[in-house]
Amino acid sequence: MKTYTYTEKKDTRSGFGAGLAELGRTNPNVVALCADLIGSLKMDEFIKENPERFFQIGIAEANMMSIAAGLTIGGKIPFTGTFANFSTGRVYDQIRQSIAYSGKNVKICASHAGLTLGEDGATHQILEDIGLMKMLPGMTVINPCDYNQTKAATIAIAEHDGPVYLRFGRPSVPIFTPADQKFEIGKAINLTEGSDVTIVATGHLVWEALEASKVLHEKGISAEVIDMHTIKPLDAKAILDSVAKTGCVVTAEEHNIFGGLGESVARVLATNKPTPQEFVGTQDTFGESGTPAQLMDKYGLNSAAIVKACETVIKRK
Amino acid sequence: MSNTKELQDLTTQVRRDILRMVHKVNSGHPGGSLGCAEFLVALYNEIMDRKDGFEMDGINEDLFFLSNGHISPVFYSVLAHAGYFPVEELSTFRLLNSRLQGHPTTHEGLPGVRIASGSLGQGMSVGIGAAQAKKLNGDDKLVYTLHGDGELQEGQNWEAIMYASAKKVDNLIATVDLNGQQIDGSTDTVLPMGSLRAKFEAFGWDVIDIEEGNNIDAILNGMAEAKSKTGKGKPVCVLLKTVMGHGVDFMMYTHAWHGKAPNDEQLENALAQNPETLGDY
Repeated sequence: MKTYTYTEKKDTRSGFGAGLAELGRTNPNVVALCADLIGSLKMDEFIKENPERFFQIGIAEANMMSIAAGLTIGGKIPFTGTFANFSTGRVYDQIRQSIAYSGKNVKICASHAGLTLGEDGATHQILEDIGLMKMLPGMTVINPCDYNQTKAATIAIAEHDGPVYLRFGRPSVPIFTPADQKFEIGKAINLTEGSDVTIVATGHLVWEALEASKVLHEKGISAEVIDMHTIKPLDAKAILDSVAKTGCVVTAEEHNIFGGLGESVARVLATNKPTPQEFVGTQDTFGESGTPAQLMDKYGLNSAAIVKACETVIKRK
Repeated sequence: MSNTKELQDLTTQVRRDILRMVHKVNSGHPGGSLGCAEFLVALYNEIMDRKDGFEMDGINEDLFFLSNGHISPVFYSVLAHAGYFPVEELSTFRLLNSRLQGHPTTHEGLPGVRIASGSLGQGMSVGIGAAQAKKLNGDDKLVYTLHGDGELQEGQNWEAIMYASAKKVDNLIATVDLNGQQIDGSTDTVLPMGSLRAKFEAFGWDVIDIEEGNNIDAILNGMAEAKSKTGKGKPVCVLLKTVMGHGVDFMMYTHAWHGKAPNDEQLENALAQNPETLGDY
């Protein structure tokens, strides 16, 4: 069994900042907008090197989204930055009309997604954003798993013509994907080969899925872990090829089980090969204040929860 | 087109288009459309510096964004007569498979439309973005926007108004159609907004009044003045006083025709008040 280790932990938002800085040096059309959260989004380096290509909007996210749409009309590639909650739900109408329906080349970059924002609590956490964004026709939805993958994804989406939702988080998480990876939108990555159960995970839950696979291996269960960094368009082939071997699937995401990755995977299975599935995610609830680790534990978003779901789903084969 | 008579004739034809379009599908917004006919005719045929053909990025030409997208009938008619697409296509307004959606959008690829509008309050922000892109591109052309007065009740406008002056977006001319009416009644009964001049000035804008917003010469003079204020560190607001339903006596000075189509008899009456000039589609 292939195993993954790490020597360093880093936040995925810093991967975004590093990717944006690189784009600042390589793509003159890339511009950045922020709603008073430069430090949180790690945009400092881009701004220092390209002050004329940065727009500080202030605390006015609706204005930011529509200004971004306007900038595309002059051929720019705008990257907007604020918390995931204020990048989606707060500005859904602006994204829907001025960006998605108008087919504008805006990259909506959202930090502090999910429960792991932690102590700020439910007003600043969001567990519905993947659902909101994936329902918009033409919107690409990406949720990378570590620093390196977030950096690679940030660079890749500048080359993609169309609106993108890029979701990342606040806490430091293990870096286990290669620094020189090529990020391909819509192409899942098989991290481990397995024969008993498929674990399709996204974002911070990918590392937890790898940890779960080690525990399962000790129990004599062979798990195949898929890093589903792109939720839309979903790599249906990767899912179907894997369940053809394993016959069951667990999805894992830092998101409500309603509207997230799990439902997208279930649709692929229901319309191609009905397969037993268990869902690791929040159970239609808001979050609360706490440390990221406490919250992941309380809301069942860790490796232990994934192990339990795998054992359950295998019995349903 | 520099002759006032020609612009007036085109405006009359645009009025006929508006009335016939909304009558055919028994839906659409004639009131605000009729009120803005002179302005949009003058804008597209005299005021704006446009290139031939249509390119989405609009580099090195003036741009216009319609924020109050419900007045799509006047927008479509003016675009068609300006050569963006065949005038005959106006007959497909609001019909299935048409490029002329109820509210304008880029989705169907209609030349002349650079962004969707309809959900109110977003157009000024979009115009600001396009204006800032022009500055980045070293493009000295201007961005024009049009907003309903009722539309200013949407809070996003005030985010945009605050931002535009703070960031010295001085290549933007935002026009407010001051007809004093919205769906539920007069703006003064629905939500009085006080002095828009005082509000825009307090937010750091230059403000131009066009008292006769249905008079071509008054529009040309006012917009020339507005243009002369650009490039001086401040965004420019034009308060355009119009009459909703202008040109059709029974539609004027009321909100009743904001979103209602005339019946056969009313259409005939309205068209008789606006005799054919350039020819119907």
